[in-house]
Amino acid sequence: MSNKQYIPRVLITEAAMDVIDTLRKRFGTELMFHQSGGCCDGSSPMCFEKGDFKVGGSDVWMGKIYGCDFFMNEDQFEYWKHTQLTLDVTPGRGSSFSLEIPMGIRFMIRSRMFTMEELENLVPTKTGEEYLEEG
Amino acid sequence: MTTLTLSEAKPVDRPSIKEKYDHFIGGKWVAPSSGEYFDNISPIDGKPFSKAARGNKEDVEKALDAAHEAFATWSKTSAAERSRVLNKIADVIEENLEMLARVETIDNGKALRETRAADLPLCVDHFRYFAGVIRADESTISEHDEHTVSIALSEPLGVVGQIIPWNFPLLMATWKIAPALAAGCCTVVKPAEQTPTSIMVLMELIADILPPGVLNVVTGFGPEAGKPLATSKRVAKVAFTGETTTGRLIMQYASENLVPVTMELGGKSPNIFMKSVADADDEFFDKAVEGAVMFALNQGEVCTCPSRILVHEDIYDKFMERVVERTKAIKMGHPLAEDTMMGAQASNDQFEKILSYLDIGKQEGAEVLCGGDKASLNSGLETGYYIQPTIFKGHNKMRVFQEEIFGPVTSVTTFKTTEEAIEIANDTMYGLGAGLWSRDAHELYQVPRAIKAGRVWVNCYHAYPAHAPFGGYKKSGFGRENHLMMLNHYRQTKNMLISYSKNKLGFF
Repeated sequence: MSNKQYIPRVLITEAAMDVIDTLRKRFGTELMFHQSGGCCDGSSPMCFEKGDFKVGGSDVWMGKIYGCDFFMNEDQFEYWKHTQLTLDVTPGRGSSFSLEIPMGIRFMIRSRMFTMEELENLVPTKTGEEYLEEG
Repeated sequence: MTTLTLSEAKPVDRPSIKEKYDHFIGGKWVAPSSGEYFDNISPIDGKPFSKAARGNKEDVEKALDAAHEAFATWSKTSAAERSRVLNKIADVIEENLEMLARVETIDNGKALRETRAADLPLCVDHFRYFAGVIRADESTISEHDEHTVSIALSEPLGVVGQIIPWNFPLLMATWKIAPALAAGCCTVVKPAEQTPTSIMVLMELIADILPPGVLNVVTGFGPEAGKPLATSKRVAKVAFTGETTTGRLIMQYASENLVPVTMELGGKSPNIFMKSVADADDEFFDKAVEGAVMFALNQGEVCTCPSRILVHEDIYDKFMERVVERTKAIKMGHPLAEDTMMGAQASNDQFEKILSYLDIGKQEGAEVLCGGDKASLNSGLETGYYIQPTIFKGHNKMRVFQEEIFGPVTSVTTFKTTEEAIEIANDTMYGLGAGLWSRDAHELYQVPRAIKAGRVWVNCYHAYPAHAPFGGYKKSGFGRENHLMMLNHYRQTKNMLISYSKNKLGFF
């Protein structure tokens, strides 16, 4: 990658960073995120121990936030790619296998539309397969 | 600014609910091995009303021990006896319907009007349906030639793991438990962490009906109790209702154990209103208007929520004027008040997520036809999770048209031709539900066939009879729920290939 300053596709709030710190300490490992779709707890970011969720060719790597890789399924990405996502956290009794659930809080996404200028200067994505090949 | 229509009735009394509930394992109440419990918060007011056991791997293993022990007998129990047990469960639910409906409303936040009229009566009917079908169920036999007979006999899979969502806690549990028990399986159920109480109140009522270990319920958090169940080598099948990422994760675990799964993963269901709908302003037109407003059923927390309204451009004004008017007439208020039509969202994080979608919808330029904000209610409901029923107008590429918001939010767009309606309807990752409204006999058959979804309601919406198979196309999952075909999702085929010939083949 060149030294060009890209606009990130995913950002993170301070509160979400604190939660990541807590979880890293508890699990003693790096973490990853996969944005979910569908019902119940869908349309929410899921946090797992790095590698616990197997990404593949149908996933898009959207960037790294606070040291964590962030993925989304490519079909979903098609409808989301014009928006900048911010990983935040809110109190709430969410369900799913996301690691923060027992803490009584839930990671969530806030979104903002990119401007036309920003759209031309976004962090290049890669597929989950390319991500794995790069190690 | 929308003026809310408010409920006027006083809430009914709350039934007595225990301060805390243990796991239900092997027919007994078993304290969590961690000794820990977690607060169950009612969405009505955001306050705890009971505690649930915080389950872990050890608790799940205990439940699996009990289920495996019970399976030896339950799998050989006669269809007549299994049917009797299921009917008895149905009777007990029916006898306690009012109490269970109130508990469900407190647990989930939905209006009592719905738990009384839909959730609980459907639970009763689903248990009765599966009690009935196993009495008439038969395997097949074929004679291949005069000496060779093939018997294809159905045998229960074994002990299954069932992960239940929070939107219809008792009904979704019933959808999974009734066919599994009918098929002769034993089950370990993990209810959602938002709604762990109503099912335990039900277990108290039916504990003595079931042989110990046939049905076990372990409460707890997904990463702590759900994961050990989904990854267990001692589970013959995992049934899951939820979202795509957890669905994939469960399939990943199942692939390591080589066990089958069924997945129900949500949708973004189109509700299509053809031009002929507005040919007359009659009963049918009125029914179609209600069909569009069905997005507000269960506060929109339904996998098949008709969250995209596709309406012919020529009837848009006439039809949507009535739909908006009807939506604005939805009474919000205390979910336990008998005239409340729409209650609270199930949890604070859901509430926040829905608000974030109202925000992105506005940013993307969708026009707010009504609602568009949280509903600030008073009289003790200030801390509950209430959202105004909301209709956006926009186009199908907007995120509010593509993502399952799981709230009382629908988005309307227009079409010019039938082909365009079908194209928009199918332009989605999902394929769970759809609605088609028309007075044209040809459209009534041809359009549903062209929609890539597992359930297309034709001139109706949101009906869930036990007798009709329900499930998804595309990213909405696979496998079906309801209908007698469900039995085969909990069974495998034992083929006995029998020779009645005394003569050797002559090969050796």
